Amino acid sequence: MTQTVLPPTKKTAPVSAPDGTVSDRSRGERRLGWLLAGPAFVVMLAVTAYPILQATYESLFSYRLTDPGNREFVGLGNYGVILSDPLWWQSLWVTVLITLITVAVELVLGFALAMVMAKALASIRPVVRAAILIPYAVITVVSAFAWQFAFDINTGFVNSWFAWLPGVAADTDWFGDFWTSIFVICLAEIWKTTPFISLLLLAGLAQVPEVLQEAAQVDGATRWQRLWRVTIPNMKAAIMVALLFRTLDAFRIFDSIFVMTAGANGTESVSFLAYRQTISRLEIGLGSAVSVLLFIAVMLIAALAVKGFKVDLGAARGEQ
Amino acid sequence: MSLPGRSRRPRHLAGAAAGVVLASALAACGGDSAGPPTLTWYINPDNGGQAELASRCTEAAEGRYRIETALLPRDAASQREQLVRRLAAKDASIDLMSLDPIYVPEFSQAGFLADVPDDVTERVTEGVVQSAIAGATWNEELVAVPFWANTQLLWYRQSVAEAAGLDMSQPVTWEQIVTAAQEQDVELGVQGARAESLTVWLNSLIESAGGSVIEDNADDPENIELGLASEAGVRAAEVMRMVADSGQAGAAFSTENESASAAEFEGENGGFMVNWPFVYAQALAGVEGGTLDPSVPQDYGWALWPRVDEDTPSAPPLGGIDLGVGAFSENADLAFEAAECITTDENQAYYMINEGNPASSAAVFDDPEVLEQFPMAPTIRESLEQAAPRPQTAYYNEVSGGLQRMYHPPGSVEPGETGEEAGELITAVLRGEQLL
Repeated sequence: MTQTVLPPTKKTAPVSAPDGTVSDRSRGERRLGWLLAGPAFVVMLAVTAYPILQATYESLFSYRLTDPGNREFVGLGNYGVILSDPLWWQSLWVTVLITLITVAVELVLGFALAMVMAKALASIRPVVRAAILIPYAVITVVSAFAWQFAFDINTGFVNSWFAWLPGVAADTDWFGDFWTSIFVICLAEIWKTTPFISLLLLAGLAQVPEVLQEAAQVDGATRWQRLWRVTIPNMKAAIMVALLFRTLDAFRIFDSIFVMTAGANGTESVSFLAYRQTISRLEIGLGSAVSVLLFIAVMLIAALAVKGFKVDLGAARGEQ
Repeated sequence: MSLPGRSRRPRHLAGAAAGVVLASALAACGGDSAGPPTLTWYINPDNGGQAELASRCTEAAEGRYRIETALLPRDAASQREQLVRRLAAKDASIDLMSLDPIYVPEFSQAGFLADVPDDVTERVTEGVVQSAIAGATWNEELVAVPFWANTQLLWYRQSVAEAAGLDMSQPVTWEQIVTAAQEQDVELGVQGARAESLTVWLNSLIESAGGSVIEDNADDPENIELGLASEAGVRAAEVMRMVADSGQAGAAFSTENESASAAEFEGENGGFMVNWPFVYAQALAGVEGGTLDPSVPQDYGWALWPRVDEDTPSAPPLGGIDLGVGAFSENADLAFEAAECITTDENQAYYMINEGNPASSAAVFDDPEVLEQFPMAPTIRESLEQAAPRPQTAYYNEVSGGLQRMYHPPGSVEPGETGEEAGELITAVLRGEQLL
């Protein structure tokens, strides 16, 4: 008896889409894509890449705006001056401190508010959402002034309202000391930007499949267990985006410090330092170098956040 | 390439719309060439006094020019920032600018100010108080037109001074007023905030002690000589520390600015204060508005700034506004003409009466209307005569910023050390070796 042996089958790529070739249709779509996105891409380059490159170039010079004749190439000299100055490290430490405090508090508060918005009765949900969003709609400088006036020893009401708290008296000068200044600055930031984080988390909450919650409930999971084992793991991408955006935002803090203390008592942030060199002192080279260092710090935070959370942002958006 | 199924019509429409926008924008830029030249005067915020002077001088010009005002930000540093950005870009729209005297050297050095013609110099300095001329001068040449000149006085409550047994007709020292404030348990209003006002205070203390913040080479960053560690600098730091430690400077001393001092002085615990003359006009306005009891300004007394040492006259702070003519103005001649018109005695008197800002012309202080409105006018004039300008240098911002950083809060000042440290910082900053 003979047995017919079939030759091993070979997997072949579909004829219609051979490897390395693109059909006319997808080529046309790609071209259309470039045409549609092209103008936006050019605008993006013009408004972001160009200033960054310009600042990087300027940072290599000793250049004072009121003395353009004495512009001198100093290479990385400006960076050497900045990185060897204790003021830079003090500003960096203050910036990191404010970022850590505000982002941590906002994450917890924002999550709580997102839960409230998610669970609120459908009829009052728009009202709750609008109420929570109001601080975010206020311009930062305006909110900074409002908080400054509230805590000011002459115009403020905080001292008289909260005199019953330990450490608060009629003559407490909130902006006269480092820690009290930082407290008010952080408070203003938290009030202002918690709505932002809570909205992002609300979007994440909406993405958690209800069936998972129900399954966990059937399995006897407590509320706390459902929160930690079901809700939060499924919101990882949303939490990452919220944290990243807020961290970058907080790291660039300027307005509140400018209005409330103007950098007194060692409350100067890195952005404020850049402002002082560039705008007040007109030292374009030195200021540009501070800005470039700030930019590098922001990029580092973004890279670390994406790596640390091990989230594929493409997958989070539903892409392949 | 045109996409299938898409009409070209919207592009035509877009093109036409863009054309209309461009044409109207160009028309707007072109201006009206038929009328007289328009001079733009960049002014610091006030209660409308400069706008009124602009309109008066437009009228007086009888059609040769028109003056329009453009408002600058409120504080002097922000005014400078905006003007510098524009002038560095050679903005021809700046014909006239109200300029804080502390920035005059920097603007002049950078070539932002048009040269003042000799005949104009002669006319605008005639009868003007010496300190105001000094403030508008750089490299021994007048580079701006003195407009109004400010000075600080020692304000006191007559009842308090009387109770303390102080003879205010005679010069008093810082030590005397600190002791009097302590005895009477009243507040001593001094500006301790980390702001320009701190430099104002410190500079006048050093000048009153017979020294100077910058002793030599004001415009040579490599070789600048600072007098902060000198004997006068140490005396100034001692006075600063004495005020901070007295307990009478108020709980908010380290954040106190001029307005806060004025408000404190109006309060029931007000005793002594160094401040600009606006405080008097402000108190009268408070009475008029019903927010202040008339007995409060009636109790106001004024004297020359306190002395640091009994035997040496004080050197009160000098402020004010000078008029600069933009170097890129296309109508510099007319702008100087307008500046002369704005600074006539009559206009300065009007400005003093309506805005509370003292004139730079000595004759204005004899004006009966001014004397009626400002009974302290003779004291202001006397104070202006002995006032000392802040350090004149093209690097004023660095000097002032360095002082503010090292001498704040005043309670942390160490008389033997702070001056030396501040000197080192400012020198390093000017040499480009340190941040500020």
